[in-house]
Amino acid sequence: MAELNPYIPFLSEITEVIKHTEIEYTFRMTYTGDVKPGQFFEVSLPKFGEAPISVSGIGDGTVDLTIRKVGKVTDEIFENYVGDTLFLRGPYGNGFDIENYKGKEILLVAGGTGLSPVKGIVDYFSAHPDDCKSFTLLVGFKSPKDMLFKKDFEEWEKNIKVVLTVDYPDDDYSGNCGLVTHYIPELLVKDLKEAVGIVVGPPVMMKCVISDLLAKGFFEENLWISQERKMCCGIGKCGHCKIDDTYICLDGPVFNYTKGKFLKD
Amino acid sequence: MGYQTTAAKMNTIFADLSKDYLIYAPKRYVGDGTFVHIDTIRYGEITDLSEIEFAEKSNYSFKEVLLPISETLFYFTENEMKEADAPKKGAIVFLRSCDLHGLKRMDTIYLENGAVDTYYKRLRDNTKFILMGCESSFENCFCVSMGTQTSDDYDAYLKVTGETVLVDSHWDALDAALAGATPASVIPDSVTANETVVTIPETVPQTLFDDPFWEDYGNRCIACGRCNFVCPTCTCFTMQDIFYTDNGKAGERRRVWASCHIDGYTDMAGGHAFRNDKGQRMRFKVLHKVNDYKRRFGTHMCIGCGRCDDVCPEYISFANCINKLNTLVNDTAKEEN
Repeated sequence: MAELNPYIPFLSEITEVIKHTEIEYTFRMTYTGDVKPGQFFEVSLPKFGEAPISVSGIGDGTVDLTIRKVGKVTDEIFENYVGDTLFLRGPYGNGFDIENYKGKEILLVAGGTGLSPVKGIVDYFSAHPDDCKSFTLLVGFKSPKDMLFKKDFEEWEKNIKVVLTVDYPDDDYSGNCGLVTHYIPELLVKDLKEAVGIVVGPPVMMKCVISDLLAKGFFEENLWISQERKMCCGIGKCGHCKIDDTYICLDGPVFNYTKGKFLKD
Repeated sequence: MGYQTTAAKMNTIFADLSKDYLIYAPKRYVGDGTFVHIDTIRYGEITDLSEIEFAEKSNYSFKEVLLPISETLFYFTENEMKEADAPKKGAIVFLRSCDLHGLKRMDTIYLENGAVDTYYKRLRDNTKFILMGCESSFENCFCVSMGTQTSDDYDAYLKVTGETVLVDSHWDALDAALAGATPASVIPDSVTANETVVTIPETVPQTLFDDPFWEDYGNRCIACGRCNFVCPTCTCFTMQDIFYTDNGKAGERRRVWASCHIDGYTDMAGGHAFRNDKGQRMRFKVLHKVNDYKRRFGTHMCIGCGRCDDVCPEYISFANCINKLNTLVNDTAKEEN
């Protein structure tokens, strides 16, 4: 039998649209099959192209794709999503393996849309808090109006420790302010051997958070990151995401820091 | 099996094969070069052996036969997609030993690194490769340094001297067509030395990625991407959707060649980009060719054809770069000891 053409996308129905901000919506898409947090789909819009979008939630027969309206493809998705369908290819990439974090003290630090690829991890441990020693979610957004997954935060706060901060508060805001790194020193870690850190966000944010966690005594092998690069194929062909001998689409986007620290563009 | 035959006989055989195959070979396009009165040698279809340019190196490689510059993947109308048809005919490609090694690099990416590429495989499966010998090295070639000066991995080898043609066939159909020709012992011509010799550093420490060494290239490179486009081992592409002006609901998705030297290669929606400096792009390409590709796949990517050095409008020499890099790596190691 001829192998399946990996470039031809399949049609997926939009079952729900959750609006977080003016430019960030979560599209709940029909999908049955294996998928892990941190994996991604190429969302395909004939005429406009494709964009790699990470899985921000996994449901029964659905996957969530949180899309930011920042480019040619995503602009069009926002214009024309009403009661519609999208083409998808994937899932691609390795994703996060929940098993790596079970029974540990987990510190998850996310910046902005960096929360999307790790949201599946938060969902899991929020639903199964007994599967880990402790779970701390530290998230930073630019401003209160950039906050994503507000409803989910309400749920998470019941089950896990959540520290939410914004860089630029407005008049109506009363929570934490400042960069996520500001809140790292006060986080208590009981046993560094059993503590894992998961860090996803803009490159500069990841660099600073990792440096702080290492200073705090975290072991390199207990730190995990996820990388984002331009990808045209998702299957190791187009070359755009390659860093050194690593293809982010095939070997990543999730890396243990012992490997991730050597990724230099 | 080796044979001696005539050009006329071979042309008859190729005429017959052309019912099932398009025949591609390096051809001289008179006056088509970049400058006035300069020819260019690139791949085109041939129907007669006399059209093939044996005497000089082709400016472009054969790769466009298997990886077209612009290739339609599928056509779409509303919610339907149709895979683009494969060419009805297979292909016969004349190429030199170094390029035959380049083919293996393409196979590695398109057949082994991740999922099998449908479009590459369907062309590749129907392509035959005919080796052209090299009696002497061309300018800027460094195949001997890269170990690509010979190859047995051909479907046939052909040497044309006037009306006499020597053939070494690994291809049953050709053996059948040549039944009755004079048996001969045919060993492909190959070079044993090049004027250009490169020494590749065993490992390049990451601390040298930001070395001022690369700044020289940053100042000279104009990011035209020609080195990538003439390289038989550069295989990157970018997706491109187009739609028809007469019917906005219908269109096609294509992939087109991409270059890691050209602006936009790493640009993501939202504005993040990497390697904005041209020197860093040179570092990225050079180390892919002679460092990290080998770490992943076991052989160097570069096959030493020297076409990048031939084509560069800024006279940047990849071969010199490798040698200078080797010196830098050695000097740095000495300093550390």
